Amino acid sequence: MRPFLMLAGLLCATATAFVAQAQDKPVLTVLTYDSFISEWGPGPVIEEVFERDCGCDLRFVGAGDGAALLARLLLEGARTEADVVLGLDTSLTAQAAATGLFAPHGLAPAPDLPVPYDDPLFTPYDWGWFAFVHDTTRLAVPPADFLALGASDVKIVIQDPRSSTPGLGLLLWVKAAYGERAAEVWEGLADNIVTVTPGWSEAYGMFLEGEADMVLSYTTSPAYHVIAEGDVTKEAASFAEGHYLQIEVAGRLVGSDQPALADRFLAFLHSPAVQGTIPETNWMYPATISPAGLPLAFDWLILPVKSLLMSPEEALAARGPALAEWRAALAR
Amino acid sequence: MAARLAALAVLALVLGTLGAVAWRAGGLGALQTADLGAARFTVLQALVSATLSALLAVPVARALHRRRFPGRGALISLMGAPFILPAVVAVMGLLAVFGRAGVLNDGLALLGLPRVSIYGAQGVVLAHVFFNLPLATRLLLQGWQAIPVERFRLAASLGFTPSATFSHLEGPMLRATLPGAWLAIFLVCLTSFAVALTLGGGPAATTIELAIYQAFRFDFDLARAASLGLLQVALCIAALAATTRIALPQGFGAGLDRRAVLAPPAGHVLRAQDAVAIALAAAFLIVPMAAVLARGLPAVAVLPAAVWLAAARSLAVALAATALTLALALPLALAAVRQRRFEWAGTLPLVASPLVLGTGLFLMLRPFAAPGTLALPVTVAVNAALALPFALRTLLPATRALEADYARLAASLGLTGLARLRLLILPRLARPLGFAAGLAAALSMGDLGVIALFADPAQATLPLQLYALMGAYRMADAAAAASLLMVLSFGLFWLFDRIGTHADA
Repeated sequence: MRPFLMLAGLLCATATAFVAQAQDKPVLTVLTYDSFISEWGPGPVIEEVFERDCGCDLRFVGAGDGAALLARLLLEGARTEADVVLGLDTSLTAQAAATGLFAPHGLAPAPDLPVPYDDPLFTPYDWGWFAFVHDTTRLAVPPADFLALGASDVKIVIQDPRSSTPGLGLLLWVKAAYGERAAEVWEGLADNIVTVTPGWSEAYGMFLEGEADMVLSYTTSPAYHVIAEGDVTKEAASFAEGHYLQIEVAGRLVGSDQPALADRFLAFLHSPAVQGTIPETNWMYPATISPAGLPLAFDWLILPVKSLLMSPEEALAARGPALAEWRAALAR
Repeated sequence: MAARLAALAVLALVLGTLGAVAWRAGGLGALQTADLGAARFTVLQALVSATLSALLAVPVARALHRRRFPGRGALISLMGAPFILPAVVAVMGLLAVFGRAGVLNDGLALLGLPRVSIYGAQGVVLAHVFFNLPLATRLLLQGWQAIPVERFRLAASLGFTPSATFSHLEGPMLRATLPGAWLAIFLVCLTSFAVALTLGGGPAATTIELAIYQAFRFDFDLARAASLGLLQVALCIAALAATTRIALPQGFGAGLDRRAVLAPPAGHVLRAQDAVAIALAAAFLIVPMAAVLARGLPAVAVLPAAVWLAAARSLAVALAATALTLALALPLALAAVRQRRFEWAGTLPLVASPLVLGTGLFLMLRPFAAPGTLALPVTVAVNAALALPFALRTLLPATRALEADYARLAASLGLTGLARLRLLILPRLARPLGFAAGLAAALSMGDLGVIALFADPAQATLPLQLYALMGAYRMADAAAAASLLMVLSFGLFWLFDRIGTHADA
């Protein structure tokens, strides 16, 4: 009998945890991706600082990753409880804008992006370049571009564009750099690809375990190893074609019942308190570099020769055909 | 009555969620040509994986049944472990052994032999056999243990050769249990996603579950997602129908439940054969798990508090889900003896796409409550439903034997209701009930993904926390969390399994 009593006790404890949340303060709900609000992401710091003088309760709701965020929004439509959506990137914003759920933010363009970005509905809070990361002790001289990578016997692990945002980023990277010749590039890469993982985490983990020489990640990834682990063996390879950008954005929903708070939150995203914490929590470049500047280790990262980025509309139009090319080239 | 309720609850969950997605989409959508390729790959890999797992389990289970050696009990317990590992942990373990930088390839290179690649269809099958061979072995071992000892004694006193024993005792038992075990594994492999993708090597290894993922997330084509979900259910029903025709009931009659130890068959060849079967299976299963533990265990003690909290939450979810699973499985198993449809209902969750399940529940519950507040109850309900088919599969052979052997006696004694449950059913089913509870608890510990739409990071479970660590580059902490998850999952499994074995003895 005793295990059943224990079980009942546990259930009751869980139930009371749900109930004890009643508060009088206005609630601002921010829908975002999981890693933003994990213990190790920027979320906890942002929540603490914002709540200090907003007189509100800032609540983050996690929805998997960036693509899951959009799916959730499409699923909920106007009934969403969210006031702000944070974490879409430019390959997803065209679809998000088409829902008509987003309101103009009215903020000035962020100053520290490598390309001009001024979208009336979405304001950027951080960005990064996709890149292949390698371990210099295992691969001293990385390939100089996609063609050299395809011709080499360097093994890479990438993410599936159908289930992962970096995977989709790579698809658009190759397309933006090579256009009509993208299929040819993928055919060259086919025998270099060890495997395709569902998400970034699996791929990066496999690379660290030595399963591949290079992994699709960001130019900023080596900074983590330097800052957190004192490890200087990880480097990103600079590709001659240039590197595709991921710009992460936030936007306010038209149906928000806290429009003023939501606008205040969007403006707050550009404050030094938030932007200063981005580099070492989200491991991306801040959209507005805080007065304190970037962490020292960021000076040591590669700077791509060129930034590639499709407009949201181009990205939306390109991804279907690009995916078909990718499948055809790799499905052998 | 209870069985009907349980069946209805399961049907509502599996078909209701599918219906909710289709309803939201305004109907079913046309499949693409790529989806048909995915369906073909899915069925093929599931056929090969299930057949290999089931066939390889026969010599292993037989060896475990007729041999006694130190550590046998521990090995049988360990047999439950791979099956309950979360996919990401199991893949890491397998890669540590079979990967490009794994032990096997390092060994081959030392010997000057060519390296082997795990990536491709062979890797998918290898991983599925790793997951499911132990499950099949346990299910078959239960079949062997269900043959009354008296029958083996009779066979021995009649001077049966091993092959005669096989054709008169073991063959019929296998005919009754093997199709069920095969079916369970086939269905598990049918919904494989992360393993198939990670080890499959590329888009050639696209499964239906990945196609559903794409339909939801990449194309936001709910109509196509619903069609794909329906395709999975149709495949499940086809497989069920096929195995129903093959499986035949066994008729050994009741024994006296004596705990007599059988004399193992003599002969060096048989002895060597059993030793090889046990040693190979043990190495294949234990080495990858040991690799995971070796990497992660040293750092478990210094894991952040958030991870420990998540672990406690996962334990609570697992215990609640286990109670719910048993409450569903027992009435279904008892009813399934007479009416096959209860078995079908209880098996259905196996092919429910986790994504369809999660999205459907989200659509159904969204009008009534904020999804975040439902995170833990939904996790418990979904975990319980997903563990149900395994619990049912474990209980079915034993309930069939129970009804065949004792139903008339119980009826003549007027044993009904609670008294029947307490005096007949629970004692006779203690062992499979313990195993079923262990499976359910451990599966719930390791479950992930179903509840992405409900997930509340403030109430993250251990698998979610594991992903959060990986997503934050903290691979060493993630390895430690994986070890913790493995130890806790296995601990729960072992505990329930032991309770069952002891209650039976």
